[in-house]
Amino acid sequence: MTHQLDIQDLHVSYGSIRALRGVTFHIDEGQTVSLIGANGAGKSTTLNAVSGLLKPVGGRIRFRGQDITGWRADRVSALGLVQVPEGRQIIATMTVHENLIIGAHLQRTANTETLLDQIYGRFPRLSERHNQRAGLLSGGEQQMLAVGRALMMQPDLLMLDEPSMGLSPMLVNEVFDLLRDIKGQGISILVVEQNARKALQIADYAYVLERGVIAREGSAAQLREDPHILAAYLG
Amino acid sequence: MDAVLTPLLDILRPIGITEPVLQFMLVNAILGVSIYLTLHAGMFSLASAGFMAIGAYVGALLTQQSDWPLWAALLGGMAAAGVIAVPIGLPTLRLRDIYLAIATIGFGEVVRVLILNFDDIAASVLTTLQGERVRFRLIEGARGIKGIPTLTETWHLILFLIVLGYLLTRLHRSRFGRAMAAIRQDETVAANMGINVVYVKNMVFILSAVLAGAAGVFSAHLTRIITPAAFGFDKAVDILAFAVLGGTSTWIGPIVGAMVLTAMPEVLRFLKEFRGVFNGLVLLVVIVYLPGGLVNPAGWSRLWQRLGRAQTASPSPSTGVD
Repeated sequence: MTHQLDIQDLHVSYGSIRALRGVTFHIDEGQTVSLIGANGAGKSTTLNAVSGLLKPVGGRIRFRGQDITGWRADRVSALGLVQVPEGRQIIATMTVHENLIIGAHLQRTANTETLLDQIYGRFPRLSERHNQRAGLLSGGEQQMLAVGRALMMQPDLLMLDEPSMGLSPMLVNEVFDLLRDIKGQGISILVVEQNARKALQIADYAYVLERGVIAREGSAAQLREDPHILAAYLG
Repeated sequence: MDAVLTPLLDILRPIGITEPVLQFMLVNAILGVSIYLTLHAGMFSLASAGFMAIGAYVGALLTQQSDWPLWAALLGGMAAAGVIAVPIGLPTLRLRDIYLAIATIGFGEVVRVLILNFDDIAASVLTTLQGERVRFRLIEGARGIKGIPTLTETWHLILFLIVLGYLLTRLHRSRFGRAMAAIRQDETVAANMGINVVYVKNMVFILSAVLAGAAGVFSAHLTRIITPAAFGFDKAVDILAFAVLGGTSTWIGPIVGAMVLTAMPEVLRFLKEFRGVFNGLVLLVVIVYLPGGLVNPAGWSRLWQRLGRAQTASPSPSTGVD
């Protein structure tokens, strides 16, 4: 059977530095998969290679059987494979509303208003602040906006890069509640996290990246019990 | 149109703005919009002067040699600039910031030098093809084209700018306009949001070239004579100054900047040889105190606050520590 996202032997280099050295993993429809690992292990590099921001030097990326290796980022997004970039890259000088409208860029025909209503219904705080500049939102609100903007694109697979970064523990919980909610809708999720504890709570399956290769993999329950993981990532 | 224009000029004439000055202000306003478009999409391009040259030469040849009416020559000049923008934009727009600026300055120089040597190049090509010596004179190199009919009227320019303003307002509310703004803010995010960055940047570059081409056609039919030297590096920097003075937060900014910078040397004629200094001084003051340009409400209110604070602080100058 074909997986929704199938990554085989992915190699990515920054000049002479080899960031990924043969990463292989896959995601099935509706599955939530987490990539965990330390700083510099290649987690973000993997996401950026999948979303088309980086060109891999070797390996294959297939989405629903279609080879998308080296595609331009906007074409990848158009397939329903949407990335929420690291550091909540919302457009600070635009209003919340405009940020969301940008998310609807691809929805030429679909009703933007209905989509907006859905997002505002899910994030009442964004609705309250829809005319405010996005740069003035708090960190948690900006993360909500980044996720909301990605949801405007009606993704089939949502990729999140460190959604908990720089957020207080309470807000981290809120973000992961949101992800659980999205998961409940049947959208597959690929989440990259340093916060392994949180990531393993929500994921169905997880891969551990170490220095550009997959060091370990298993169901989230398995990895939570793994003594190596316990020592290295769960403290 | 005359009913509005005549009283307007009656008001402006005493301060030194005669009809020819107003015409150049309006032509430069079009150039301001040309560079505004690229800046608004986050591209630091100085190619407008080069495209203006292309528009001016193509337009002048069409009216002078082929007896085309101005409107047809205008379309011809705009089309020529737009077509040439395609092969220029595709490779250079991969560059960013100052590197793009350098590449586009290079483009302007190439255009200028090609115009200088065009007749010789054409003559040698024809000589090789026909096997006998051929004389070829069309655009007269450094001497320039003389005796271009003065077809441009003030109301042409005003009408052109009104239509342009309407289209720009529409553009900013459109899907394409939002894509431009998103690219200026963050190309990576824009690409992630499904915006075809390469397409949008190239389209904007072409639109900017088309406008510069139009300004070239209009100006050629005002000045009666065009020389390649008029479209060199100096012109490219002048056009950039329009955007810097007016600011690029709205399309009105570069228009105001262009008109102010063009009118100032005329208005300040009483300063004689010092009027050039004044242009530089005004630019400097705006860059320092109004970094967002003249048309930028946020910048003015910040300046106002600064002035207010300076006044309340001045009675006790000894408090040096905040």
